[in-house]
Amino acid sequence: MFEVDLGHYLTLGAIIFTIGVVGIFLNRKNIIVILMSIELILLAVNINLVAFSMYSQDITGQIFTLFILTVAAAEAAIGLAIIVVYYRNAGTIRVEEIDKLKG
Amino acid sequence: MIAHSIFFFAFAFIAIISAIMVTVSKNTVHSVFFLILDFISISCLFIMMGAEFLGMIMLIVYVGAVAVLFLFVVMMLNVAKQSNEWFKSSSRSSHIPIGLLVSIIIFFELIIVIGGWKYKPELVNNSINSVSSEITNTHSIGYVLYTDYIHLFQLSGMILLVAMIGAIVLTFRKRSGIKRQSYFKQISRERSEGIELVDVKKNKGVDIDV
Repeated sequence: MFEVDLGHYLTLGAIIFTIGVVGIFLNRKNIIVILMSIELILLAVNINLVAFSMYSQDITGQIFTLFILTVAAAEAAIGLAIIVVYYRNAGTIRVEEIDKLKG
Repeated sequence: MIAHSIFFFAFAFIAIISAIMVTVSKNTVHSVFFLILDFISISCLFIMMGAEFLGMIMLIVYVGAVAVLFLFVVMMLNVAKQSNEWFKSSSRSSHIPIGLLVSIIIFFELIIVIGGWKYKPELVNNSINSVSSEITNTHSIGYVLYTDYIHLFQLSGMILLVAMIGAIVLTFRKRSGIKRQSYFKQISRERSEGIELVDVKKNKGVDIDV
């Protein structure tokens, strides 16, 4: 009765994307959780690409998912390195106290 | 087919609940654990969809590397106790209602796009790199990845190299008070500055600290 088709996967991707965006917008304490929310957003994009790839029987979507995985891993490594350096210099990584740029 | 649906809804439910828990849990270590659970359930969904290679790569890359990296950083920075409170910010800030509004609008826009979407039937068999059922998923990815997308593949390798060098350079720290090797100084030593002939006087000894 509940036939799983492309729309279900796209809805799942949309829900996880929105959760990631909410996590970035509303988090005021911990910058590591913001990085994890970015990982969630990239995961939602991967779900969409793989779902389209399987639906249209085209392997290209999975190739692009591989590249997104690579970039996500690189981004996580660089972001965590920046956080470590900032923590070493400033002694805190609370989002509210990172206001050196006076933005 | 009914089992397929049941498994899809089970994995999707676990994925959504753990994604919510990543953002709302008070302890950062718990957030990382729920992130791992999220990746595992999504990779199960990938395997259900038929993308076995990507599901396994997701497990290796995310659960094996990225999540462990997050755990290491959380452990190093000692922020696990730092509570992650929602909706409690300084009074002058008005970002919470606007953030919620923008998020809800984004969600409904995505849902509208999905709901009003029709796939042209002639587009399905029109693709260049179509999946044939005779070879496995890994085979078909390899046939395309190492031929048509070889430049992008090399470029992603370069991205990983740059990320590795960048992370090392960023976190490298010169500490004073420890002895290090200096290869240039060691190699460029001359005999004239390394050896000195002294006359040893009787019952005096030699002063060896130059």
